Order: sequence, then structure tokens, then C-alpha cells
Amino acid sequence: MNLNSVYEQLLINFNKTFVQEARYKLFLTGIKNTIIIAFFATVIGIVIGLFVAVIRYSAKTNKKLFVFDKICSLYVAVIRGTPVVVQLLIMYYTIFSNMDNSVFIAIITFGINSGAYVAEIARAGIESIDKGQMEAGLSLGLNRNKTMFLIILPQAIKNILPALGNEFIALLKETSVVGFVPVIDLTNAGNIVRSRTFDPFFSLYAVAVGYLVMVLGLGAVQKKLERRLSQSDRN
Amino acid sequence: MIEINKLNKKFGNNHIIKDVSLKVNKGDKVVIIGPSGSGKSTLLRCMNLLEVPDSGSIIFEGQDITSKECNINKVRQRMGMVFQHFNLFPHLTVMENITLAPVKLNILTKEEAEKNALKLLDRIGLYDKRNEYPAKLSGGQKQRIAIVRSLAMKPAIMLFDEPTSALDPEMIGEVLNLMKELADEGMTMVVVTHEMGFAKSVANKVLFMDEGQIIEENNPLSFFSNPVHERAKEFLSKILYSV
Ligand SMILES: Nc1ncnc2c1ncn2[C@@H]1O[C@H](COP(=O)(O)OP(=O)(O)OP(=O)(O)O)[C@@H](O)[C@H]1O
Ligand SMILES: [Mg+2]
Repeated sequence: MNLNSVYEQLLINFNKTFVQEARYKLFLTGIKNTIIIAFFATVIGIVIGLFVAVIRYSAKTNKKLFVFDKICSLYVAVIRGTPVVVQLLIMYYTIFSNMDNSVFIAIITFGINSGAYVAEIARAGIESIDKGQMEAGLSLGLNRNKTMFLIILPQAIKNILPALGNEFIALLKETSVVGFVPVIDLTNAGNIVRSRTFDPFFSLYAVAVGYLVMVLGLGAVQKKLERRLSQSDRN
Repeated sequence: MIEINKLNKKFGNNHIIKDVSLKVNKGDKVVIIGPSGSGKSTLLRCMNLLEVPDSGSIIFEGQDITSKECNINKVRQRMGMVFQHFNLFPHLTVMENITLAPVKLNILTKEEAEKNALKLLDRIGLYDKRNEYPAKLSGGQKQRIAIVRSLAMKPAIMLFDEPTSALDPEMIGEVLNLMKELADEGMTMVVVTHEMGFAKSVANKVLFMDEGQIIEENNPLSFFSNPVHERAKEFLSKILYSV
């Protein structure tokens, strides 16, 4: 085989992978779905995570929250103690067995999954705030809830923003297992194309490059956001 | 104004406040002094229930604030507290620090609260800092803003826990001066401090605490010239010679 024919073969495979039957569109669909799933799952995860963290923190001073606290710790233990693929299959085949919107199911699954991890991040964030902040809020006559939402949480969220950004990025990569149910995410798009072209090279590298570009892009956005938010720390 | 009866507070097995009784009248300037660990902060923090006492009563404006029926949040609106480490809210500007409580508690509208805040800032000469974040301020400036943040709630009494202990020496004066002004205006104050000069010139009552009890209570003149208890004498000699 001479160099010319290698080059020719590459060109043919490139063509097959991206151009024929407009397969690049499949990759674009995959990227779109990956981003949609990761984004909305992160949003759900942050909401659940903050909620759980506030409950668990408040339960320390409010005995009435005891039951909720136990439920929250059970949730965290179960989610962190089982593989996300298993959670996904359970969602798809049992809880949402009558639904055929797989993207929605994936969002819910990864959102609930992410919530358990965000809960731990958020709890550490809340606990890192000096307890003088709560005392200052209380001594002004604000109740515990108001102090939590107006004073503690904004500072805690700011502190955990880098960790939340990392969570989003981690989730983006983690969603690559979503193909266990019928969703065309980036990884699955690559698989589908590869099964038609019988050429693993371009489809797999395209998938890898796709993730890499997304991760690097998110990292850059994250840096910019953090810089803007550190305004009040500058002296 | 505040009447404390047989107050007890334990942390685990440590009995920190032992049967303390104390009365603060309207307009009183009470200074609490005593060695480290004697329970001064704990006593002060019991007064607005940042620490919940194990037994005893605290009557403030006619109601026992330790009772279950008492809405402590309402009571705290009438009691300002100033901390050693200022505890300004770092994510809020100076203006927002001062207006947060009156606005969120629906006591003033945002406009009223801001107008009031500007007046207070003008008074302490920090009008120009209204849009800064606390990180940009000196310690003395932070503490004076913490004081006016409390004042914005128009409290009936102000509690100070070593308000100058975390400050560089050159900034202590500006904070003490503001406190003196408040005293002159008739504010009821309870101050834990090691500033004996302040105690002498401002207080009408000095309490000496040791091991969870108030063992001496007197006007500053008599207390500083004629301390009765050995522990008080010892404490004074240490503190006065070290200055
Ligand atoms: N939250 C707490 N948990 C356990 N022990 C505590 C707590 N707060 C205070 N103590 C203990 O209670 C004792 C009295 O503390 P407190 O802070 O009231 O003393 P203080 O007179 O204010 O001393 P200092 O001059 O050092 O501020 C100390 O031995 C302290 O270790
Ligand atoms: Mg103290």
C-alpha cells in the first residue's frame, strides 16, 4: 500500500463518516442532545442539591426537620451508591415505562443523580460560611430562613461556583452512557455512524473532539464568570 | 429595660454562667470586664438568645424572652449587637448591608431605608463608601458600619462584644468615639471590653466577671480606685500595667 492509496482511503472514510447521507447532521443532533441533557440535568441537580443541603444544615438546629433530614440522607446514599446507568435503566423501564421521550427521562435521571453530588458540595459550601454571618443576620431580627436565603446561600453559592462548574463538565462527559436507552447523544451518534461505515477512526475521533471542544469551551466560560463574581472580594 | 434572673448556661459539662442576675435600666451604660473565659461573651449572647440559657429568665421590655411564646426575631429587632469581627455581609455593598434588615422585615421601604442609611453614613463620615464592598474597608470603618447597620433598626439597646479587640491600635479611637456619641445620646448599652479608658469615661456601671459569676458591681470611679475582690485587684493591676 503506498501513501497515495492511504490518503485516498482516508478521504473515502471521511466522506462516508460525515458527508454521505448528511451524517454530520447526526453528530450535530448528538451534540445538541448531549448539551440539552447535561444543561437541564445540572439545573435540576443544583436545585435539588441546594434544597437538600439547606434541609440537612437546618436540621441541625430545627428538630422538626428530623424526618426530612433522614429522607435526604437516604436519597444521597442511594444515588451515590448505585451506578448511574442502572438508575437510567430503572427510570426508563420501570418508572417512566409509558413514556417515549427518552431525552426527558435522561434529563430527570441525570438531574436526580447530580442532585446528590451537588448536595454534598452545597453542604460544604454552606458550612464554610463563618457562623458570625448567621449570628449577624439573627441579631438584626431576621429569622433563620431569611438569613439563610439572603446572607448564607448567596455567599455559599459563590464559593461553590467553581465546583458547580466542574459538576456540569463532569456531567457532560457522564451523559455519554445515555445510549443505554434510545437517545442520540454525541457518543451514540458516533456509534450509529460507525455501524454504518464500518470505519471506527473518524467517528470515534469526531466524538472525542466534540466532547473536548465542549469541555474546553465550558471551562473558558466558567473562568470568565468567576472573574466577574469575585468583584466583592477585591480590595 | 433588661432584667436577668438566676441565669445558667452550660456547654456540655462546663458550667459557664452560674446563677447570674443583673439589671440594666434605660439609659444605662454597663461595661462588663473580666479575664478571658470568664463567660462575658456568653452572658452577652444570652441577652439576645444567640446562646439559649439552660435556666433563669431574661425580661426585656416586660416579656420573658426565654419563654416559648416569645417571638425572638421580633425582640432582636429591638436589640442591636456588635461583634468583635464585625460580621458585615461581604457579598453586599455598605448600603445594602445597612438597608437589608429594615427592608426585608418590611419596616421601611427601600427608599426610606436608603435615605436613612445615607444619613447614618454621613454622620460617621463614610458617605463616600456607600457603594463599596466591605473587603475594601479598613477594620475601623467596618466596625463603624456594623454599628450603624444595627442602628438602622432603631434598637432600644445595643450589645457590644469586644468591638475594638480585632482592630489595629490606630483605629480603636474612631470606634470608641462613635460609641461615646451613642452613649451621650442616651442609648442603653452593654459593652464587653478591655478598654478601661472607655469604661471610666462612659460607663455608669462596671461589672466584673470571674468564672461565670458577676463578683463585683460598682460605679467606675469606685471600682477602679477601690476594687474589693482579690481577683478584681489582680485583673486590674495586670491590665492597667500592661497598657
Ligand atoms: N459554643 C461553645 N461551646 C462550648 N464551649 C464554649 C462555647 N462558647 C464558649 N465556650 C466556653 O465557655 C467559656 C466562656 O467563654 P466566653 O467566650 O463567654 O468567655 P469570655 O469571657 O468572653 O472570654 P474572652 O475574653 O476570651 O472573649 C470558655 O471556656 C469557652 O471555651
Ligand atoms: Mg468573649
